[in-house]
Amino acid sequence: MLSKSQARTFFLGGTLVTFLAFIGLTVYSFQPKNDQSNIKKLDAKAIRGKAIWEANNCMGCHTLMGEGGYYAPELTKVIERRGEGYVKAVLQSPIPWGPKGRKMVKYEMNDEDTEAMIAFLKWVGEIDLNGFDRVVSPLAKD
Amino acid sequence: MKYKSQKVAYWFFALCMLLLILQLTYGFIMGFARIGMDGLHDFIPFNTARAVHTNLLVVWLLAGFMGAAYYIIPEEAQRELVSVKLAYVQLISLAIVGVIAVVGYHFNHWEGRKFLEIPRELDYLVVVNVLLFLGLILATLFTGKRRTTTALVLTMGLLFAALLYLPGMIWFDSQVTDSFFRWWVVHLWVEGVWELIMGGILAYLLIKLTGVDREVIEKWLYVIVGLTFLSGILGTGHHYYYIGVNKIWLIVGGVFSALEPLAFLAMALFAMYMYRKGEKSHPNKIALFWTIGSSVVSFIGAGLLGFAHTLPQTNIYTHGTLVTAMHGHYAFWGAYAMIVLAIISYAVPNMTGRKRYNNSAGHLAFWLSNIGMLGMTVAFGVAGVAQVYLERKMKLDFMDVQNEISIHFVVLILCATMFTSGILMYIVEFLKYGKPTDEALETA
Repeated sequence: MLSKSQARTFFLGGTLVTFLAFIGLTVYSFQPKNDQSNIKKLDAKAIRGKAIWEANNCMGCHTLMGEGGYYAPELTKVIERRGEGYVKAVLQSPIPWGPKGRKMVKYEMNDEDTEAMIAFLKWVGEIDLNGFDRVVSPLAKD
Repeated sequence: MKYKSQKVAYWFFALCMLLLILQLTYGFIMGFARIGMDGLHDFIPFNTARAVHTNLLVVWLLAGFMGAAYYIIPEEAQRELVSVKLAYVQLISLAIVGVIAVVGYHFNHWEGRKFLEIPRELDYLVVVNVLLFLGLILATLFTGKRRTTTALVLTMGLLFAALLYLPGMIWFDSQVTDSFFRWWVVHLWVEGVWELIMGGILAYLLIKLTGVDREVIEKWLYVIVGLTFLSGILGTGHHYYYIGVNKIWLIVGGVFSALEPLAFLAMALFAMYMYRKGEKSHPNKIALFWTIGSSVVSFIGAGLLGFAHTLPQTNIYTHGTLVTAMHGHYAFWGAYAMIVLAIISYAVPNMTGRKRYNNSAGHLAFWLSNIGMLGMTVAFGVAGVAQVYLERKMKLDFMDVQNEISIHFVVLILCATMFTSGILMYIVEFLKYGKPTDEALETA
């Protein structure tokens, strides 16, 4: 029968081994040769777009790469799906956007912020998502 | 023998009750918005309501864990808390930080990262607050007469939870890297170190309520928390399938997250076996209901419902849908909310000296809240599965699908009303116990 000290060894040993494996896999994932996000294409404008995305808690309603609030549409590939003009109209709308009954916060963004947001969403749209982008976009063919 | 300084736990539990009510209020705002009744949109848009709802959950659970620690550690270490005054300072500062954060969310002041919306300047105050809490707990534990496994596991969970908050405070230019390390906080909290806290509280309650030998309970506690980390650390990979990192996580996350239910199954079997094995019949049956209930519901909510969509082949369709909300609600309720309500149900009669635990209102509160939450989980589940089919398979437009499934949110609101009735009854019972007294603790 298992003793208490054996049980403690199982806990401490198992934790140490899996923790080290987790750190190893994290380092492996972020090696340049394994990058799937086109990190080299991430420019200042897209980074500013990410800051605007966070400052307005867009993730509180929308999802991006499947993460967010499940209340408003998924925005991965939104530029490909809707085009820049549509996204610009939504972000600069003087009234809450809500063509099918669910209202968005009225942001009335200026041109500079809008362009940064579009650059950010374009960059996200080019990330290799291991097949998820094909499922989530109505334009994709399974 | 009981300790007067345990009284501080009562005020943490009172804060829990207040924040829980606020959390449910914002949940209703979100539920009504989903069926088109969004009259508060100009003042409390959905992203504000959601940030408040989820952050209040985290804060009231943390307040509950802290209260549990202030109640359990003096008894386990067999000494008074090193400083009661500083524990009250910690409580008040926690409440102030929480209030400032929640008010700020209504004025677009946040970080906009799911579950970690607290703005950076308040993050630093959270760190100071948690350091004070840990200092008090560690000083009490290590200057006490004994250091039990139960106390060590509980303290280890709280310490790791504090350390894991730090990766969430780093700014990353890339959304991929940001998301990757955000899960170090969120996943490793709820599917890692919080399970240590849950295990510690569960072990303490089982020792007190069943009378089973401490050595037996603590041996199995090590096995359970061992299984938790063995599966949960690499199980983080199930959040990395589709966020732009290497495919290796599809295999690692798939295998290890499939093992995660084992820890919860072990927890449920452990609690039920100890209950049957116990020779002591403790009169506080309602605390026993919440304790055993927590272990069983956490296995269903966190274990089974998590497993239902954790494999990459399934998750590619369910990722980013209401299926996640289904799993999230029942998992948080079973694993963490119920264990906090269990320790409150056990500790408050001891602190106040009023043994009014076996009245029908307490049992009704248990069943109404549990049946209500089960109904909510089913409503989220049906809506989620319909969403997956219509949106991901049939490729219908997001809002067309949302309008089709809105009827399930009417059901959700009805079940949430039943759930809230149970919670309100629980809070009324809590208030009826009155305030803690030194005399009650001395004679408990």
